[in-house]
Amino acid sequence: MSAIHLTTPLHYEDLQKLKAGDRVTLSGIIFAARDVAHRRMIEALDRGAPLPFELDGAVIYYVGPTPPPPGLPIGSAGPTTSYRMDAYAPRLYALGLAASMGKGKRSAELRAALQKYGGVYLGATGGAAALLARHITAAEVIAYPELGPEAIRRLTVDKFPAIVIYDAHGGDVFPPI
Amino acid sequence: MMFLCRWLTRACPQTFFDRAHLSAGTPWIDAGLSSLMPAVSHSDSPGIKKESANSLSYEDFTMRIISAERLRQAVEALILSVSRSLPSDVRAALQSALAEESSVQGREILRQLLANADYAEATGLPLCQDTGTAVFFVEMGEDARIDGAGLQATLETATRNAYASGYLRNSMCHPLTRANTGDNTPISLHLDLVAGDGLRIRFLPKGGGAENMSRCAMFAPSRGISGIRDFVLDTVRQAGPNPCPPIIVGVGVGGTFDLAPTIAKKALLMPLDMPNPDPDAAALEAELLDAINRMPIGPGGLGGTRTCLGVRLLLRPCHIASLPVAVNIQCNAARRGEICL
Repeated sequence: MSAIHLTTPLHYEDLQKLKAGDRVTLSGIIFAARDVAHRRMIEALDRGAPLPFELDGAVIYYVGPTPPPPGLPIGSAGPTTSYRMDAYAPRLYALGLAASMGKGKRSAELRAALQKYGGVYLGATGGAAALLARHITAAEVIAYPELGPEAIRRLTVDKFPAIVIYDAHGGDVFPPI
Repeated sequence: MMFLCRWLTRACPQTFFDRAHLSAGTPWIDAGLSSLMPAVSHSDSPGIKKESANSLSYEDFTMRIISAERLRQAVEALILSVSRSLPSDVRAALQSALAEESSVQGREILRQLLANADYAEATGLPLCQDTGTAVFFVEMGEDARIDGAGLQATLETATRNAYASGYLRNSMCHPLTRANTGDNTPISLHLDLVAGDGLRIRFLPKGGGAENMSRCAMFAPSRGISGIRDFVLDTVRQAGPNPCPPIIVGVGVGGTFDLAPTIAKKALLMPLDMPNPDPDAAALEAELLDAINRMPIGPGGLGGTRTCLGVRLLLRPCHIASLPVAVNIQCNAARRGEICL
């Protein structure tokens, strides 16, 4: 199966076409954020403060990379388990987030938000962190540097491989267990 | 001289019962504690004996002094190599899984994991971005001591240094404020004091994703083997695609509320290609592995027939009122290694 190539920011029409199980590749800018960064973003929204990046059409990658060795833009950078962001992510989808990318299953609330707002959830291969880093050509901390590996990073990605786990229509790639 | 016995597990015999914790008088320890680590016993090994730099002699015994500096360097090298390369038995298990996996998607995931292991090995990048909590299982002879900073502080220093110099991720934080400690300490240290003057250090960097899917239960003894089986399978079922399958499942049965999870984690140190010497434990391991691989989780959780690379089970006596059961799930980046000084 050939991959569907997507360039960020993502558009509503592109997202509507995606089906659970589709292979995709991502190019452009995506944002690395995980646990504490999400809490901080929600706190910022509660205060009416701006977010560190534009959410509309954005892709958030749940990753806390290893530090870049000399000569590389980033260290190993595989996905972390996504359900931990379920407490925060529906609100981000409501504000225009197009896709989140991580690994593992998500809550019913998150899946409902995907359908309601037309978002998708992508999966990257958990355990393939060194290989995946080859698709990240630049990385820059743009917020919360004190969080170290949990800081928000702007990542430039080139054909980053992923699979559509949940689509915007209720589709789910995971077999029932 | 440092004996790098990483992967050469037969040189450092495994203990399949959690014997090191057992008290004298238990029939299971009739072999005696000193049989646990003959290959690492200083006094039994001429090769190590020659290297003894220091010792303290008393009237009736000699205490071996191990240099903290030598220990620090050896542990730093261990942390770096373990973080960058997959143990040979885990790699072999992934290759077998690739040969046996029925789903196309599952085979693709397994190919990526093997390619990732090759790439990490070639480049020195960590196998996984989650370079884990630094978990150490140490067997230390009662006739050995570490000079200078001592054992725990030296392991902490080695961890701090290796995580910085090796570009490994600092993953430890305050549990409430979530502020990162900045150097991947504190470590998690499990220490067994054993007879002799050897020092065996096993390192298991443990990622958070699989750790979060692990569970412990205190059953009534009436639940028996079927209760253990149901709990393990239910834990794996609930974890589903989350802990980066194909997984390895460490099971600890017995002990107390605190020890069952410890021996479940210790079980993850057992190589996949070594049969469990306890026939009852071996039978339960095989049964659980088969049952898990009949769940349609598969590599990456995308469906398939190879959800689990191995189940490892450690037993320990428990109170007559209790049946503690712990399941520690390990991800496909099942890193571990050891040194003997």
